[in-house]
Amino acid sequence: MFGYYLDLAVRSLKRNKVLTALMVIAIAVGIGASMTTLTVMHLLSGDPLPGKSGTIFYPQVDADPTTDFSHKDPIDVMDYHSAVDLWSAHRADRQALLVDSQLKVRAPQTNLPPLMEMMLSTTSDFFPMFDVPFQYGGSWQPQDDEKHARVAVISADLNDRLFGGANSVGHTLQLRDTDVRIVGVLKPWRPSPQFYMVAGGRFAHGQTADFYTKPEDVFTPFTSGLEINDGNFWQFTCWHMPDKPGHLQDAPCEWIRLWVELGSAAKVADYRTFLAGYAEQQKALGRITHAENTRLRSLMQWLDYNGVVPSDVRLQTWLAFAFLAICLFNTIGLLLAKFLRRGGEIGVRRALGASRGAVFTQCLVEAGLIGLLGGIGGWLLTLTGLWLVRRQPAVYADMAHLDVSMFLLTFVLAIATSLLAGLLPALRACRLAPGLQLKTL
Amino acid sequence: MQIQPILAALRRHRLATLLITMEIALACAVLCNACFLIANRIALMHVNSGVDETSLATVQLTGYETEQAVDLNARAISGLRNIPGMQSVTVLNSIPFGARRGTAGITLDPAGQHFGGVVEFYVGSQGSLEALGVRLVAGRGPQADDFHAFEGLMPGDASVQITRSLAEHLWPGVDPLGKELWVDKWHYRVVGIIDHLVRPDPAGWPEGSKDWSIFVPALPGKYLAGSYLLRAAPKDVPHVLRDARAVITKVAPDAVFDQEGSQTISDLRASTFRQDRAMAGMLVGVIVALLLVTALGIVGLASFWVQQRRRQIGIRRAIGATRSDILRYFQTENFLIVSFGIAIGMALAFLLNLLLMKSYELPHLPLYYLPVGALVLWALGQLAVLGPALRAAAVPPVVATRSV
Repeated sequence: MFGYYLDLAVRSLKRNKVLTALMVIAIAVGIGASMTTLTVMHLLSGDPLPGKSGTIFYPQVDADPTTDFSHKDPIDVMDYHSAVDLWSAHRADRQALLVDSQLKVRAPQTNLPPLMEMMLSTTSDFFPMFDVPFQYGGSWQPQDDEKHARVAVISADLNDRLFGGANSVGHTLQLRDTDVRIVGVLKPWRPSPQFYMVAGGRFAHGQTADFYTKPEDVFTPFTSGLEINDGNFWQFTCWHMPDKPGHLQDAPCEWIRLWVELGSAAKVADYRTFLAGYAEQQKALGRITHAENTRLRSLMQWLDYNGVVPSDVRLQTWLAFAFLAICLFNTIGLLLAKFLRRGGEIGVRRALGASRGAVFTQCLVEAGLIGLLGGIGGWLLTLTGLWLVRRQPAVYADMAHLDVSMFLLTFVLAIATSLLAGLLPALRACRLAPGLQLKTL
Repeated sequence: MQIQPILAALRRHRLATLLITMEIALACAVLCNACFLIANRIALMHVNSGVDETSLATVQLTGYETEQAVDLNARAISGLRNIPGMQSVTVLNSIPFGARRGTAGITLDPAGQHFGGVVEFYVGSQGSLEALGVRLVAGRGPQADDFHAFEGLMPGDASVQITRSLAEHLWPGVDPLGKELWVDKWHYRVVGIIDHLVRPDPAGWPEGSKDWSIFVPALPGKYLAGSYLLRAAPKDVPHVLRDARAVITKVAPDAVFDQEGSQTISDLRASTFRQDRAMAGMLVGVIVALLLVTALGIVGLASFWVQQRRRQIGIRRAIGATRSDILRYFQTENFLIVSFGIAIGMALAFLLNLLLMKSYELPHLPLYYLPVGALVLWALGQLAVLGPALRAAAVPPVVATRSV
């Protein structure tokens, strides 16, 4: 029966090509616009660590003793003391301290001019905790953190630029004035967003595109990095001015991030207790004032709290769906015109014994076929749209590609839209009184 | 033209009429708000910087040690000053639309109890405020003995110039000259008011605080180095910047010339608002597609109605209606439908604006957008219906005598 309906639908669509084309174009344009923005949205609001994000947490304590601002939430990153204390306690399955800074990078073996690159100084758990993929070599060892070892991991991109993509493990890299040995080279790695550095979203007024920048090019052990680039560390904020700019270990400043991995709900509860206990203890020591102000957000909660998706992207998505709604109304109107014009034909079919359900199904098959055609057009328009997005100056532009799930969603959305559009006209068509229609023939 | 029969006919096609009305209503709502968003973006892109953008460029150097800073300053400044066409080279920590190095919260009392807001401190060497070309509206500009050497991020005590909007925010209705402000223990006295001096990153700040800036005079040194403001005649600026690159590689080969940061202020401004320009372009694209789809909808439905009413049209023609009567019938019908749509659309536009205001920092939709949007949609409707209406007018009276 479906084959027969399909045949009828094709014939009917061929009969009035202009009307058919109008409907297909309307659906294609609507789908193209909404799928382009949905793909960008999907890309930006997705889980950067699928399957693992639920076990990654961001602990915070409020070390700022001043009372001149509301301590509704602790400042987004931590001071050196709190962060290092919490890390040294090793109460989580894995834990990583993070701080980034810019520094001069040279490869002594090459005669390339010096580069200014971002360096992430972190602890060895960073790589396994965030599933960072390696191309050559691997992470440094926990003892390297303790020994302040002069070692580094570099990004695939930097490896391409300095060593032409060859295995550079064992080579020397000059970071500022210090020689470090390369122990690992990453595979191309582009988490979206650069989740581990996200902070301060609540102060960004929706201008959060910078959360999607590429990861740093140089990774060094936390302790080594602080020594190599001493004097060049920038605070997130300070409650008093630091004595020596760029050197913040003892400064009243917040500048270090801590991430922990907690494998089970019980561990999360334990860590919460530990965090509260730590804050209380520090309060008793007189170092912090707002001891009750601790947080332990999961990765996704933290991204949510920071509102990582730029407000422009959200706006575009809303706009695209308003647009799709207009296309939907358009299609309903045109389908209604199309079905009712065939009143006579439907009357004959009904008189010959077709049930209302059969007429209804036939109309929906026709609507679905239009949706399929519109979906193909919408897919092509989505590809065009994403090409346009890639030409935009946004930092996330290079990531805008259609993946399999969004490709399938294009067609699902197109057919669903057209079926929805066909519902009302089909209902109208199957209710036509056969007698009346036959009389007018 | 009689409206009664048209309304009667529409009543018989309630569903189709309702659909096309809703489509136009939605189009009206989206159109008005999208235009408003575009206007907002354009206004943002035209923020008044207060500086002579076309005469200015900046050179940014990185990758040197703090100990080398004084020496680097001396070499870079003397090298840059020798470039033909250069009018002045000064050191300025933050650059309008460029590097941002002086964002800090200020308080209006030494104890830090009365918070004044987060502002930008432009710490500059002698001549830098004049080079920027800002306009002094009250008090005095920096004098030679205002410039002191300093250790740390900023001078700890200075006589400063602040922008008018900041002064009005901090001390509304009071003469700001002679007032004092603090950053932690550092203390500043207001001696001059400047008209405008935009922050380096105006896009990230709410309306009204985009030029909360303070100029702090200071001598170049360890912590005021590597960020130079170049001034030249507008026609010389591009080649001065080009020469500057060559000069720096000669006089300071050990420092890294920051390509991205070293640009003319006009180029920095353009890249600051790249994203906004792209967004405005996208909105224009949406509007065009929206109008196109709406027009297609009107064409489709009108064609259908014309075909459906061929016989009636023939009868009307046979009993004396002229072609222009038929034409006008369809035009009036379209006008009525679009008018219904606009009426609903205006309410929708207002609602949509309220929604947008909730999630984005947007002002109220100015009322004049509504009649303009209405005019556009009326014109669009008339244009779209013209083809089908002409076809209707061409129906010969003889159709009435034929049976289908």
